[in-house]
Amino acid sequence: MTGEATRFSFLSLLRHGAGKTWARQWRDARPKASYDVVIVGAGGHGLATAYYLAKEYGIRDIAVLDKGWLGGGNTGRNTTIIRSNYLRPESAALYEHALTLWENLSRELNYNVMYSARGVLMLAHNHHDVQVFKRHVHANRLQGIDNEWLTPAAAKAFCPPLHIGPDARYPVLGAALQRRGGVARHDAVAWGYARAASAMGVDIIQNCAVTGIVRDVTGAAVGVETTRGPIGAARIGVVAAGHTSVLMAMAGVRMPLESFPLQALVSEPVKPVMPCVVMSNTVHAYISQSDKGELVIGAGTDAYTSYSQAGGLHIACETLEAICEMFPRFRRLRMLRNWGGIVDTTPDRSPIIGLTPVPGLFVNCGWGTGGFKATPGSGHIFAATLALGEPHPIAAPFSLDRFATGRLIDEAAAAAVAH
Amino acid sequence: MLRIPCPWCGPRPENEFRYGGQAGLIRPANPAAVSDAGWGGYLYLRANPRGRHVERWRHLHGCGRFFTCVRDTVTDRIASTHKPGEAVP
Ligand SMILES: Cc1cc2nc3c(=O)[nH]c(=O)nc-3n(C[C@H](O)[C@H](O)[C@H](O)COP(=O)(O)OP(=O)(O)OC[C@H]3O[C@@H](n4cnc5c(N)ncnc54)[C@H](O)[C@@H]3O)c2cc1C
Ligand SMILES: [Zn+2]
Repeated sequence: MTGEATRFSFLSLLRHGAGKTWARQWRDARPKASYDVVIVGAGGHGLATAYYLAKEYGIRDIAVLDKGWLGGGNTGRNTTIIRSNYLRPESAALYEHALTLWENLSRELNYNVMYSARGVLMLAHNHHDVQVFKRHVHANRLQGIDNEWLTPAAAKAFCPPLHIGPDARYPVLGAALQRRGGVARHDAVAWGYARAASAMGVDIIQNCAVTGIVRDVTGAAVGVETTRGPIGAARIGVVAAGHTSVLMAMAGVRMPLESFPLQALVSEPVKPVMPCVVMSNTVHAYISQSDKGELVIGAGTDAYTSYSQAGGLHIACETLEAICEMFPRFRRLRMLRNWGGIVDTTPDRSPIIGLTPVPGLFVNCGWGTGGFKATPGSGHIFAATLALGEPHPIAAPFSLDRFATGRLIDEAAAAAVAH
Repeated sequence: MLRIPCPWCGPRPENEFRYGGQAGLIRPANPAAVSDAGWGGYLYLRANPRGRHVERWRHLHGCGRFFTCVRDTVTDRIASTHKPGEAVP
């Protein structure tokens, strides 16, 4: 069944304000026997892939499978920082493609993803940070991407709660500012893509864990085994973030990935106090304020690989100590919740998007600690890759075989544990 | 924070240790003879299992020694630790 989604407008709001209840925004589908394309993982990237496949390539016989609920992975657990000021030209093309799509996404989906370009400020605390960030600023300007260097006073003017005094435990020597960077509402991104994809006929199937990848005599992937029965597929896209290694092992493919818990926390809600996003790679602290008023804080990863989805308390405590040094006025705030997600990191801190040694099997992973910002772009170029059977030009450098050829795309300085 | 039993010093808090990744990776004796894919595999491919993981740790802020640890990556429970050269069950 394909149903047109409710068109959100001032009129529809008015009507519902008068007492009509909102209908469910996407179909909770049951698996069919087979599909043209099966996508494993209903996070933002998987749902966006399905959306662009349906919209731009007319492929509508698609299932998006998730072992849990839609958006319940890293998409619904991240601190939502969006920016495109990475270092290498390949990355600039990738993240800038996504940023351009963010700018019009609410309109495109007729769903408010609350993209807010409030500026991302990256603090330099030592001489090395200053050199690295200035290098990024210059590289970005050559790439036509906005990124500018601020003095400590200018950083303070942009973000008044920031402590830049001479007694600062982590001195601020300057900052890189990307004004077009910002945040978006993570759940709305998953919901917006799900709703729009579902309206075009895509089946979104929750509580359906993939337990095996079926291959024919030639070795090609032809379907998946799931907790809700076998499902055939002409093409399979694995978009499973921290669980990618486990899924690819089902097809006998070893991956250059390690999965680590990464944590975030939110404070009690307060009146508007943080006008922008502030990141500090050196002390592993990221902070912004949600529209609900909570301070949203990102911490570091655990030292060891794990699927525990919790993370050590000492990691979060270290981040809070750093936040209190940089923003002394936040010392008395209470934290409401903390949680973890499992992030899939690659050796060069760049994603893997493309074909695999198994015909019919495609992968989009390795976004690690920083893939939310790429959601629309990632879905867009992965849809092209799945539809045409060859990598989209922006995806091409991010192939799996770069780990054999040695053409790595080193973004350790741009990404580190940063977002 | 994990409590990790160093084979020499006994149980100590995790922040005394440094994680060293998957254990048992053997550098090819003659790198020049290895294919690009083989060399890339040695450098970058990792088991990354959900479950039993055999891994390297170092008791950096203690005895300083390397050892092998068997841990479940879902529960983070440590099954055993072993001195170098000891057989891992
Ligand atoms: C605490 C935290 C903070 C972060 N902060 C930022 C940030 O500020 N900015 C930024 O850009 N990025 C950030 N990230 C990274 C970002 O969240 C991810 O890179 C991105 O959301 C990945 O999206 P995804 O759709 O690929 O993965 P996910 O949203 O994780 O989706 C993968 C889905 O696959 C499903 N799945 C797994 N195994 C199976 C199976 N066997 N069968 C079926 N389904 C399966 C999972 O249930 C999950 O829903 C952060 C991550 C975390 C954890
Ligand atoms: Zn010891």
